[in-house]
Amino acid sequence: MGQKHQTPLLDELEKGAFPSFVKEIKRAAEHSEYAQDLLGQLELSYKEKVTHWKHGGIVGVRGYGAGVIGRYSDVPDKFPGVAHFHTIRVNQPAGFFYTSAALREICDIWDKYGSGLTNMHGSTGDIILLGTRTENLEPVFAELSSRGWDLGGSGSAVRTPSCCVGPGRCEWACYDTLELTYQITQRFQDELHRPMFPYKFKFKMAGCAVDCIASIARADMSIIGTWKDDIQIDQDEVRNYANSGMDIQAEIVDMCPTGCMSWDGNELTINNEDCNRCMHCIAKMTKALRPGKERGATILLGSKAPIVTGALMSWVIVPFMKMEPPYEELYDLVERIWEFWDEHGKNRERIGELIERMGFPTFIKEVGLEPHPVMVKEPRRDPFFFWSEEDIEK
Amino acid sequence: MAENLPERQTDIGPPHFSKFLPPVIKNNYGQWKYHEIKSPGVMVHVAESGDQVWTVRVATPRLLSTDTIREYCDIAEKHCDGYLRFTTRHNVEFMVDSESKVEPLVNELKEKGYMIGGIGPRISNVVHTQGWVHCHSAATDASGLVKAMMDDLHEYFHTKDLPAKVRLAVACCVNMCGAVHCSDIALVGVHKTPPRIEHDKVKNLCEIPSTVASCPTSAISPDPKAKSVKIKLEKCMYCGNCYSVCPAMPIADPKNDGIAIVVGGKVSNLRSNPKFSKLAVPWIPNNPPRWPEVTEAVKKILDAYIAGAKKHERLGEWVERIGWEKFFKVTGLEFRLQHIDDFTFARETWRMAATFKW
Repeated sequence: MGQKHQTPLLDELEKGAFPSFVKEIKRAAEHSEYAQDLLGQLELSYKEKVTHWKHGGIVGVRGYGAGVIGRYSDVPDKFPGVAHFHTIRVNQPAGFFYTSAALREICDIWDKYGSGLTNMHGSTGDIILLGTRTENLEPVFAELSSRGWDLGGSGSAVRTPSCCVGPGRCEWACYDTLELTYQITQRFQDELHRPMFPYKFKFKMAGCAVDCIASIARADMSIIGTWKDDIQIDQDEVRNYANSGMDIQAEIVDMCPTGCMSWDGNELTINNEDCNRCMHCIAKMTKALRPGKERGATILLGSKAPIVTGALMSWVIVPFMKMEPPYEELYDLVERIWEFWDEHGKNRERIGELIERMGFPTFIKEVGLEPHPVMVKEPRRDPFFFWSEEDIEK
Repeated sequence: MAENLPERQTDIGPPHFSKFLPPVIKNNYGQWKYHEIKSPGVMVHVAESGDQVWTVRVATPRLLSTDTIREYCDIAEKHCDGYLRFTTRHNVEFMVDSESKVEPLVNELKEKGYMIGGIGPRISNVVHTQGWVHCHSAATDASGLVKAMMDDLHEYFHTKDLPAKVRLAVACCVNMCGAVHCSDIALVGVHKTPPRIEHDKVKNLCEIPSTVASCPTSAISPDPKAKSVKIKLEKCMYCGNCYSVCPAMPIADPKNDGIAIVVGGKVSNLRSNPKFSKLAVPWIPNNPPRWPEVTEAVKKILDAYIAGAKKHERLGEWVERIGWEKFFKVTGLEFRLQHIDDFTFARETWRMAATFKW
């Protein structure tokens, strides 16, 4: 297929060292009319400095309210190939591991019914199949689901949970992030496929405080692995680091945020009671230091991007929970949180914003959590606080 | 249905990941002992059993054709028993179970022109959003900005060291479908003018109460006479949230949409707590296809960080050590009225001390 539209501006982005998305669209355009017209429309956007996609549109597959994002061109006469250009979100396997056979299967389906363009992966974690027509949605879904693939979340639903590489390939994973991601996704299939909440709800599982999945910034519920006992030390390996040129005083001890370590040139001493488990020393001396053995997770709640009233990061609601199958304690907590959100949440209000509006103490009380000093950075500064009936002498 | 389709299933969820784990990973699952970074794109993880998995990381543009994915599959089949994975930052990783298999893999990747790197104290791949490629609310193009920026900075992906990791991100509007608000350096598409109300369309396309409620500054109120809404222009901060709920309030403005740069965020807990990114540059015009003014500003910030930061110090940690007033001095970026917060968390950001640097 020859190139249908001239794209002098986009052609500029084929040059340069970093992999080019324009080359990818052009590759797909060799066999896809969608991709041909996508090039044309994108070139127009580059020329006019404005998007040419219309606002949304409700499309989907039968029985689901989520998983497909409707997208229509605002210049369909010029670019009929992208008149409809809907996105299909396919729920990725936890940890983003694949066999080539599985990927080829998805590619074959997508070449048959769609643009041949994907994102590996979308920001939330799904495999993104980028661009097809409404009448192809059911066939794509039948082809995918009959081969064991399902759609991810969208709209006011549970969004596709995702996780770091975890115990698959990381020595710091304090719980099985992949298994929990799989199990939580299965447990909440209905909530994922049929939007029934005030707004979106994201889960991200991070195996440790390094947080490679960015859970603290991007998930309504951030489940971050941690431990309770002492950091495991191999003093011989510490000395090996020192002997091979690491300045342990400057790079490790002086960078410890709690000052809980000391180094006498022979032994590294850690006062574990004062350690806040930030992971710096462990991350820099991977052979010498490892997380403790009594492992679980800290649960944090509420993060989101700036819309509507400013970005939030998740904050601690449960200092420590064992994170082992069947995860009933976690599911029970999730359901109590959703009940609170259902009861009080306004349309398009994320859980973090709701708690800000209602007050964290109210949330703690209604959801049945115990107040704990690690839930706050510092106690309140003002003298204005509520008491309950039972606190008042009559 | 026109053709013979297989029988659809619902609510089956994703396949279990164990189907896709390479044997060396399956055998040592949860039993990893330590890892070492061998070069900017190669690392080895060693298990308690002594088994090793060697990983080679390769940059992708995130937007991938099925043809390229099949090429990855070819490589995985030739070198990695058909297994591969992607990272949260859109890299693809090829894994082998012995050191001797690394060189042939690396050689073939290089021969095919792939860019190997992104591990350790350098720039990894850029988390980004859809932009003009696929989004109705994009104020800029994300893929194009990433490409232009990384063409300038790619040496920090595959060769050069930095004081610590530098996480770059691009969001094409303030909805920020990505961890842009907690990145070392992030670009955000922003508007500078209020939405236009298409009164004749509001009554058919929009729910007035939710449109009114969508505004964070209460700039929107009902206009019952027009069966529409009105905007107090002086209160609008151009966030575009009203357009998200009401398609009859377009906000895109080619002459005034542009890019803001925010810096100093992080998500890890290493050393210091996770941090939000803060405003470094409020607005740079959209100048596709290569946005030279944006890439120049990013380089300025990165160069100042390289010159000033200590080993292991993230960009935000460096700025907090030297002070934001010094950040503007050493980067030469202009400090403007827009840098001073007047939104939700404003009070916390004003300087309530008499200590600062000249």
